[in-house]
Amino acid sequence: MDSTERYLVGVFDDDEEVLHAVTEVKNSGVKIEEVYTPFPIHGLDVAIGHPRTRIPIAAFLFGCLGLTCIFSLINYTMVFDWPMIIGGKDFFALPDWIPVSFEGTVLFTAFGMVGTFLVSNSLWPGKQPRTFDLRSTDDRFIMAVNMANNKKTEAEIESILRASGAIEVNVKQF
Amino acid sequence: MSHVVSPIRETLVSGGKSYHDVTNDICKQVEGEPTKEWKIAFGVSCLVFAYGAYCLGYTWWQGIGVWGLNKTVGWAWDITNFVWWVGIGHAGTLISAVLLLFRQKWRTSINRSAEAMTIFAVLCAASFILAHMGRPWLFHWALPLPNTFGSLWVNFNSPLVWDVFAISTYLSVSLVFWYLGLVPDLATIRDRAQTKASKFWYGAFSLGWNGSAKTWARYEYVSLILAGISTPLVLSVHTIVSMDFATSVIPGWHTTIFPPYFVAGAIFSGFAMVQSLLLITRVVFKLEDYITIEHIEMMNIIVTVTGSIVGIAYLTEFFIAWYSGVEYESYCFINRATGPYWWAYWMMMTCNVISPQLFWFKKIRQSILVSFILSVVVNVGMWFERFVIIVSSLHRDYLPSSWAMFTPTMYDIGDYIFSFGLFFTLFFLFAKFLPVINMFEVKSVMRGVSTNFPAKKKSSGDKSKETVH
Repeated sequence: MDSTERYLVGVFDDDEEVLHAVTEVKNSGVKIEEVYTPFPIHGLDVAIGHPRTRIPIAAFLFGCLGLTCIFSLINYTMVFDWPMIIGGKDFFALPDWIPVSFEGTVLFTAFGMVGTFLVSNSLWPGKQPRTFDLRSTDDRFIMAVNMANNKKTEAEIESILRASGAIEVNVKQF
Repeated sequence: MSHVVSPIRETLVSGGKSYHDVTNDICKQVEGEPTKEWKIAFGVSCLVFAYGAYCLGYTWWQGIGVWGLNKTVGWAWDITNFVWWVGIGHAGTLISAVLLLFRQKWRTSINRSAEAMTIFAVLCAASFILAHMGRPWLFHWALPLPNTFGSLWVNFNSPLVWDVFAISTYLSVSLVFWYLGLVPDLATIRDRAQTKASKFWYGAFSLGWNGSAKTWARYEYVSLILAGISTPLVLSVHTIVSMDFATSVIPGWHTTIFPPYFVAGAIFSGFAMVQSLLLITRVVFKLEDYITIEHIEMMNIIVTVTGSIVGIAYLTEFFIAWYSGVEYESYCFINRATGPYWWAYWMMMTCNVISPQLFWFKKIRQSILVSFILSVVVNVGMWFERFVIIVSSLHRDYLPSSWAMFTPTMYDIGDYIFSFGLFFTLFFLFAKFLPVINMFEVKSVMRGVSTNFPAKKKSSGDKSKETVH
């Protein structure tokens, strides 16, 4: 492909600073594409303007699915397919079914939610990430600005990044 | 991110580490050549594993007749070992899930190895489940699959079936939790990798992690929800294990106190095992700055609390046996304390009830040597607890002519040795090839709690205290 994407990459060395810098840079009229950090910084996604994640909804739905599946299985096998009298109990022995129903719910929630997480972030074994700076998994906080989304010149954006605390500003093309 | 931390809190990371120091200190083990100590320890555990594998193989080949079981004592070392390992396997998820929900920051240095330990312990437990089936190749009969004789299904009213679901769910969810926690750290190793092999393997397993703000935001929700569902899960697992006993009508087993009593015992033994392993790991890998006296003390406090709960449970059982007026129940307990297995009972009482009370003294709580010895003592005691519950309740049943004693054979012992071999072989592999401390979580709590955080960062940390999220 000849169409290359050109990025300005601001490198920060402090988590508090990068959090403040995001607001400052945004207020100066620069569109930040993404910030890459070695550990989670609370409030960073909100500061950048990412929409709130819907992962909890997915988790809840998978939990409901799990409960329905496992409960239907128990009900089908114990009441309809091969009913057995066990300890003189009803075929529909609801209290006895709670443990397995619970485990099934947890199993579906965990796997469904983690699966959703991997798919939504397109993470899979062997994927090659687009790396702006190798130190972003160590001790540097990387702010990536996509030049295609910004009207300002590179020099202007660079000075804004530096003013907000970036210790380096690099150009990266993909 | 801004942590407002009370000045009376002890520091969690000492030695004035920067973020980069954390990466270096933890990655060093993974990137360097294995040390001589590691090779020796790994070699020994492989030998133990090999001997155990022979014994277990023989057991599978010949059947469980090679064990010391008899007509009266139908469960002994197999289920004792199973319950013991499952109990130990509770600490990891407890540390990472429950302590996450309670926002206990000291968990960050110990959760990774505790979770690894959990998974290995549950695998060890599973080996006894398979072995005690007698025909392990038919283990799928415990799953809800339509069988060859028509569609006769498993009995969902049976605690043994609940256990199949509980253990397998617990193992797989713990594995997911652990692996997900590893992904960002694997990415750190990937980005530092020098050799082709480590670039490939750590690259493959880090799933293309890039640490973007969007990913982290989702990641934190996923961790929180996983912690939220793992907390009742971990409690349910040992509750269900206890119901294997409590729903029977055997005196000594048929008690309603079992679920909370077993869960407390599980936490007790699990934390003791984490303590034993961490005290060794911190010395071998020189992690004294990350696993500090503060961490050791916190663990000891939890051991004391859960040990006291277990002690109260022992006394309550005795009281209820008398108060219920059921003579079989009373006899069972008198027999436990004064019968032929009195030594096992008093071993349990001494190790589990008396020894953790020493931790009331701050000096003892902070002594590394004493902590290590007591953590081993606790697990010896917890093994005897399960042995007492299982064997002493069975060996003198309602018919005195069938009273019997249980003596382990070399295969009972060998299968137990197998589980140790498996556990330590896996643990040493983990300690060599994966980061033993959760780097990103340690980094995320460092600002508030690390000593001598480099001067420049400290000032910006103070500035941002106004913006607490």
